[in-house]
Amino acid sequence: MRRIEFEGKERMNRLEKAVKIILTTLGLISIFTTIGIIFSLFEETFMFFKEVSIVEFLTGTKWTPLIEPTHFGVLPLVAGTMLIVVIAGLISIPLGLGSAIYLSEYAPKKVRKFLKPILEVLAGVPSIVYGYFALTAITPLIRNIFPETSVYNALSAGIAVGIMTIPLVSSMSEDAMMAVPDSLRNGAYALGATKLEVTKDVVIPTAMSSIVASFILAISRAVGETMIVAMAAGSTPKLTINPLESIQTMTGYIVQISMGDVPYGSLAYKTLFAVGTLLFLITFILNVISRHFVRKYRRAY
Amino acid sequence: MNNEELKRLKKRKMLNSVMHGIFLACTLFGVIVLAVLMIDILRKGLPWLSFDFLKNFPSRFPKKSGIYPALLGSLWVILLTAIIAFPIGVGTAIYLEEYAEDNRFTEFIKLNIANLAGVPSIIYGMLGLAVFVRLFSMGRTILAASFTMAILILPIIIIASQEAIKSVPSSLKQASYALGTTKWQTVTGVIIPYALPGILTGSILAISRALGEAAPLIVVGALAYVSFIPKGPFDQFTVLPIQIFNWAGMPKKEFQDVAAAGIIVLLVILLGVNSVAIILRNKYQIRMKD
Repeated sequence: MRRIEFEGKERMNRLEKAVKIILTTLGLISIFTTIGIIFSLFEETFMFFKEVSIVEFLTGTKWTPLIEPTHFGVLPLVAGTMLIVVIAGLISIPLGLGSAIYLSEYAPKKVRKFLKPILEVLAGVPSIVYGYFALTAITPLIRNIFPETSVYNALSAGIAVGIMTIPLVSSMSEDAMMAVPDSLRNGAYALGATKLEVTKDVVIPTAMSSIVASFILAISRAVGETMIVAMAAGSTPKLTINPLESIQTMTGYIVQISMGDVPYGSLAYKTLFAVGTLLFLITFILNVISRHFVRKYRRAY
Repeated sequence: MNNEELKRLKKRKMLNSVMHGIFLACTLFGVIVLAVLMIDILRKGLPWLSFDFLKNFPSRFPKKSGIYPALLGSLWVILLTAIIAFPIGVGTAIYLEEYAEDNRFTEFIKLNIANLAGVPSIIYGMLGLAVFVRLFSMGRTILAASFTMAILILPIIIIASQEAIKSVPSSLKQASYALGTTKWQTVTGVIIPYALPGILTGSILAISRALGEAAPLIVVGALAYVSFIPKGPFDQFTVLPIQIFNWAGMPKKEFQDVAAAGIIVLLVILLGVNSVAIILRNKYQIRMKD
């Protein structure tokens, strides 16, 4: 009896140890993923900079990697991305913050319960659908108002990216505002403040750092958004601030090259990874800043 | 209260009402856009939707075009993605919440996962191209695509599963340990059953994200035009979002309506997948209460 118990225990211990090893290995996969991303991006990027100087890449104003004479200045792609980000931010930040304020401060419980899931659906729609919507609905509308607009243009894509990131801003800001203690609100109400004054002078300042974090995250998402810009923004790398023109973003370029037949190991193939590395670094920095703001808020409460 | 003060009070109250209206309008904007988007797509796509559309191959002629290979491609990719990502994701979450010691290394893993969740999806495509397609010589196959997608949705599954595991009351865990169970017995007997609805909901949402993704698979090398049915993990493929992308980019105007029909198919599948998540959650929640 005792021996059986002992053997059973021994077996159990072995199982426990095996489980722990297996689970630890699984935990390491996420680290391997990061190493894999960095390695796969940086290796080809390094090869790229053996042929093209890093100064030309970062300061050049012409991007014609496939057409002779070739130029490898990434600024037109960066400018295209910025244009999309600015347009998207002008839509997602005010509208997202407005919805967050309404849902957290003004909406009656029942209305909130009805509207919130709808905004969540908006967040769940695949970006390809927004891209289609931009190309077939938003662009014709813009062309009705400004007939000189090109079929592919930054404005239409930027609006669609903005709409897509509204739920991101609104849900994150709303969470932050809901977390503001009611005692602070009631203190202001007791002084005779209106709801708007309570929101503007108590709730928003208190939740500010998380709200800023949501803005930065929305910007980061807009930088990395791919299918909408690939469908609606065009494929002409261009240094312009005219939103009615056709442009190209960093992500749009990666898609364009991936769709074509670029031979493995060629310089064009390597540009893919150089642009990808830049994209990765920009979004990484934005995400780190965003998380820094969230932490600041947590420390305060 | 003199006249001046009364006037100011009135102004403050009015400003409040005006802003109330503006905030409501901001919220309704999203709702209206969603409605317009749905109506627009249904109006364009519904006339093209038929059984033939579901079982035909893509064609040069809009009327003969179908979505069959993309539909099967999507199902293959999603099935394999789930098989790869689910155990790894849930295992990692169990490790982080129950096994890992509270030290810097664990903190580093958690920070790393949070960072991965913010990496643009197209970057995962480049990882897939460099590692799975080239380094592991899988080629531009369903298998390489599934591994890429699995890596992409892992952070979502891990974070959702962690939340679900955290929600298990410690009284339940303590009661289990008091009976002399080992850690693994407590995990399989108490924690997983209790956290399963949350884990499943999070995982299914992650899967539906993968269903709608096109960018990483374009980089991995999904085909633009598929005239065969994928039969296994080593076949080349296309998926629904990429098929839609191709149709939307065609010069013939009718193909845009064909693309809308494709979008309807994609959205119906997403709706189905999400309904399964809700049903599963409700079913298990009721069982746990008994």
